[in-house]
Formats: sequence, C-alpha cells, structure tokens
Amino acid sequence: MLFGIIWGDYLDRSDIKVCVLRIEGTNNEEEMYNAFKRLGTSPEIVHLKELKDIFDYNCLMIPGGFSAGDYVRAGAIFASRIRAKMANELHKFIDEGWPVGGICNGFQVLVELGLLPGFKRMDYPNACLFLNNSARFECRPTLLKHESKGKCIFTRNIPKGEIMMVPSAHGEGKLLLPKEKDFDKLFENDQVVFRYVDKKGEYAEYPWNPNDSAYNIAGICNEAGNVFGMMPHPERAYFDRNKNGISGMKIFESVLKYIEEK
Amino acid sequence: MSYLKVEVKVGLKEGITDPEGLNIKKSLKLLGFESIENIEVKRSYVIELSGKDEKQIKENVEMMCKKLLVNPVIHDYKVEMIK
Repeated sequence: MLFGIIWGDYLDRSDIKVCVLRIEGTNNEEEMYNAFKRLGTSPEIVHLKELKDIFDYNCLMIPGGFSAGDYVRAGAIFASRIRAKMANELHKFIDEGWPVGGICNGFQVLVELGLLPGFKRMDYPNACLFLNNSARFECRPTLLKHESKGKCIFTRNIPKGEIMMVPSAHGEGKLLLPKEKDFDKLFENDQVVFRYVDKKGEYAEYPWNPNDSAYNIAGICNEAGNVFGMMPHPERAYFDRNKNGISGMKIFESVLKYIEEK
Repeated sequence: MSYLKVEVKVGLKEGITDPEGLNIKKSLKLLGFESIENIEVKRSYVIELSGKDEKQIKENVEMMCKKLLVNPVIHDYKVEMIK
C-alpha cells in the first residue's frame, strides 16, 4: 500500500516536464537540470532554437551564465531572442499560471523581458539589474531572508523570515526601478521574495548586500506570484542545509508542489 | 544600393551612479591624471541601414533602441544621422 502511494507520487512527478532554456553563453543549465532531476521530474535542457512549443512543458527555467556574452546589457540579447521567437506564447503560458523562474542571468533576462516586476504588460523593461556598486564580480556566499508572505510559488515551502545561505556570483545585480514608489508597490504587493541580510539577520550594507541593491532586494516575483527571479544561486546550494534545515532544494520543491496541485 | 549611417549614443540618466566611470576615474588618477572631476561612460552603436528615407530610418532606429539597445530605466540616448 505504502509502496503504491510512493510509486504513484513518483509517477506523477516524472510526468512534470521542466524546460531549462539556454542559448550560447548560459552555463548553469547542468545544475538547474540536476536540481529538478533529483526531485524526480523530467527536466530537459533545451536550446532556444530547438524549442518547439513552450506548452510541451509545465515549467520554464532560465539558468545563470553569460548569455550572448552579456553584450548590450546582461540578459538583453537572450530576452530579445525570446521575444522574437515566442512573446505571445510566453505571455499565455504565464497567464495560465505556469511557473517561470530565472536565476542570476535568468533573472536579468526576465527583467529585460519586462516580466519582472511586471506591474503592467510591456514590450520593454521596467526595471534594471545594474552594475554592482563595487564595479566588480561578487562571488561568495550570501545570506538571504525570505520575505514572501506566500504569494511566490517558488518559495511557499520556506517559512517567512527564515534565513538561508545561497551563493551569489554576479557583476550586475543591483535592482533599480524607475520610481521610489515602485518599491513601495513591490512591498505592498508581496512581490519582494528575498533580501540580503547579515549574520544577525539584519538588513546590512555591502559586503552583506553584494551589489548594493535598493532595500537589499535579492529576488522578486510578479503580481501573480508565478514568475520569479533571484540573483543568488539556490541550485548551487542544493544540499547545503542551514541550521534551520533549509537548503536551496526548498525552492525547487516549492514549485513542484505548486505544479502537482495545479 | 543606397544606405545611411546612424549613430546611437547611449548613456546613463542623471542621478544613476556609474560604477564603471568611477572605477576608470580612480585608475586614471592613480596614473597621475589628478585633474579628472568626472567620467561618463557612453556606448555608441554605428548602424548602417539600407534605404533613403531619413525619417523612416530614424523611426526604425528608435524602435531598435526601445526593443534592445536601451533600458529606459537607466538610459538616455541620442540618435544622429552620420553624413
């Protein structure tokens, strides 16, 4: 009986198809693939040119790296190529509630696509992940406080207020929005998912906040909660449990739970 | 076939801190160029387009800026025909 339940669950999981989308220069697709594979799903690493139909998948993930050499701006070329190939399909995919996630360069791509913070549908970005104030690539462990009250489907398995260690590795991670009141809106809408903190759990400046992002913001979601981006790499801290038992795995578990219940 | 050249200059909006410019300024000062007050880093794209209609070409380039070359949150830009 027990075996049957476990087997049944396993089969359901293996039916979940995750598209790990890449182009030239993405370099975190293997880690992202493994994160989902270890949880029993059927991920695929798909080059944008080879993607037939986004609706063949239950989840779209854009991994980190230096897509198209970070030319023009980090993530801008990948975003424009996605827009050229499947802008309408992607909007439909999101409107139907399927999850779309971006880590590091993937977050930059989602911002360049105008999907984050996504206050309204636009063909151009309404935010920017700009050069770190230190003007250099910041590569080290960072501490993140989970801020979402439950909107973000990628972090529902993580209690609010928990702190997790997730490594950062980026040169452009400082979140900028056009107006100060846009940040108020982010907080009001429960779109702020992760913020950088120090070891006491308090919002602190550089080096705790590696890029000097406003309000220490490290990750945000859209208004519906199904598009999510963060600069640090949970797929690289998949097994690294903190004292509270939370590791990067929780993010991938959360989104799978959402898909299973959808 | 006739073509026209257009230059797009992309710079940062006022008030946006430019870590790249600050870093270059620091390095040049270390090389002894003490008089530097400020450095703005700008990017220039020189685009050759087929066609003769300047107005249409300019509109076309404006669209290129909106769709890829510029992030309106941080950038100002200028489109100029190169004679």
